[in-house]
Amino acid sequence: MISFFEIKEGLLVSLRSIRANKMRSVLTMTGIAFGIWAVTMMGAAIEGVSRAFEKSTSAFGSKVLYVQKFAWAMGDEEYWKARNRRNMKVEYADLIARQATLLDAVAPAVLTLKDAQFGSRTMLSCFVTGTTHSYQEASGTTIREGRFFSQEESDGGRPVCTIGANVAETLFPNTDPIDQTIKVGGYPYRILAVFEKQGGMFGTFTSDNRIYIPINAFMNHYGTRRDVTLNVRVAQTADLDEAREELRGIMRKVRQLSVGQEDDFSINESDLLNKIFQGVTVIIASVGFIITGLSLFVGGIGIMNIMYVSVTERTREIGVRKAIGARRVTILAQFLFEAALICAIGGLIGIAFAYPSSLILDQFMPTAMPVSIVAIAILVSILTGIVSGMLPAYKASKLDPVDALRYE
Amino acid sequence: MAENSIVIDLQQIVKTYDMGGAEEVHALRGVSVRICKNEYVAIMGPSGSGKSTLMNIIGCLDTPTSGRYEFNGINVSDMNDNDLAKVRNKEIGFVFQTFNLLARSDALHNVELPLIYAGIPSAERRRQANEALAHVGLAARVHHKPNELSGGQRQRVAVARALVNKPSILLADEPTGNLDTKTGEEIMALFEELHHQGNTIILVTHEESIAEHAHRIIRVRDGMVESDKVIKGEAVNAA
Repeated sequence: MISFFEIKEGLLVSLRSIRANKMRSVLTMTGIAFGIWAVTMMGAAIEGVSRAFEKSTSAFGSKVLYVQKFAWAMGDEEYWKARNRRNMKVEYADLIARQATLLDAVAPAVLTLKDAQFGSRTMLSCFVTGTTHSYQEASGTTIREGRFFSQEESDGGRPVCTIGANVAETLFPNTDPIDQTIKVGGYPYRILAVFEKQGGMFGTFTSDNRIYIPINAFMNHYGTRRDVTLNVRVAQTADLDEAREELRGIMRKVRQLSVGQEDDFSINESDLLNKIFQGVTVIIASVGFIITGLSLFVGGIGIMNIMYVSVTERTREIGVRKAIGARRVTILAQFLFEAALICAIGGLIGIAFAYPSSLILDQFMPTAMPVSIVAIAILVSILTGIVSGMLPAYKASKLDPVDALRYE
Repeated sequence: MAENSIVIDLQQIVKTYDMGGAEEVHALRGVSVRICKNEYVAIMGPSGSGKSTLMNIIGCLDTPTSGRYEFNGINVSDMNDNDLAKVRNKEIGFVFQTFNLLARSDALHNVELPLIYAGIPSAERRRQANEALAHVGLAARVHHKPNELSGGQRQRVAVARALVNKPSILLADEPTGNLDTKTGEEIMALFEELHHQGNTIILVTHEESIAEHAHRIIRVRDGMVESDKVIKGEAVNAA
């Protein structure tokens, strides 16, 4: 087919040609560099968001189930149907806990938005969660400092609270929040503990921006007519599917559903978020890559253009090479090498710029540039070169040696 | 002479160019020529005579419309591009009027080029290329690029390139056309020497003074052989 020596010669000729036409090569490379930069940035952004998402959903705990009136992903019709469901009740938590064998902890949670205040500092619209002492175990969150409220405090509706890391940072930038009293929606609560920071993209859904108070205190202060979420932690040793089935069975009993009736509750889990997110990512990625791919396409056209120029300029050289024994495939390979080499260098430049750019972008959104993205980017740039160089190289390989030698 | 010493055997070669529509140009109208090993032949003719077409066919750069061309006993008249490339690489050494060296490569690399296409490993390649350059008196110039060499030296590099694969024929197209008289004579002396060493040389020219160096002159006119005369030395073709 084509010998190693011919390949070496092809690369050598390409390098010489690129060096001999510096300005032209640099300009063409710039086009590819831009394209690869854009595509790589897109890749880094999508990878970063995916990773951040995974990290964020892991904050929900992989073995935590949420019994709720609504499912996390619902169509319009399903939603309107679910609206007529009876609300979840706090008492369910005890009923589930008593009957379950595969479930470790159950904690009801109710939610409202209130302003939190300490001295002159205010945090507007905090998520305030009313729950029981079981919450910490049920949610799998870790406490950085202090202790979660006890069963006595929970049952008695004591004015105590545990706050998220962001709440602590906002209200207590310089002082230790433990044992301080904050006002939430006008009512005072003594801080018992601060949660470990969870980070991620779902600030409002993680503990970071939340204040946890005993559910009885919540009901007393902010009213009782609220929808309840039941946080249920599956036992470490239990199978998730079996545990979910058990929970479903218990819930059906609790809700007194007869055999033929549909479930009038939803069991949500973090996996569901992953599935929704993956669907969204695929769409964003496709659109993003099409748009950024366009710039690469334009770069590719530039390569094609310059390769046509190169072939025309070197018509005579092609004739000489053919006269002394270069076969079609040799000439084809030589020009493909040149196109691929220009693109590979352009691609490397693009990647070299993409890395610092991704660090800047990282200030605004999560990004990640693993080796796989870099490898794909290099591959894509070489491929661009081969694809764009194909037509000009084919033209060169088809040149008639007699005509080519006569070309002035 | 034995039959197998015939290198080039052209039988009734016709070359017609289709110029589009009904118009056709008959560049060659049935040329039959035999050239034997170690002949020194000049092909002459005014422009438009078909001389260049004949050279292209002999050089396996082009194929005849009809007729049979045997090169070293092998029919090359209907070979495909790749096989013709192999024949050119191994059997034919080209020397052009304008030298046609690769401008960005030094003399050594220029001479190595046919060996690269022949798939010869680099150490052996370098050895053979150096040898060929030494043979044409350029041992001291191997790393010079064409623009650092005089016209005569460039043509010597081209001759070295043509010879490096030890081809069956050396095909030179107006080799002195771009050289001054003195340098031209030097190149012709080199050809004479190569002929003495046993090379088969075919010279294409329109200059009588150059053609006179050859031992046989084939004159082409209007696509036909006008005359074919042995002018000096032993009559190799007459056997």
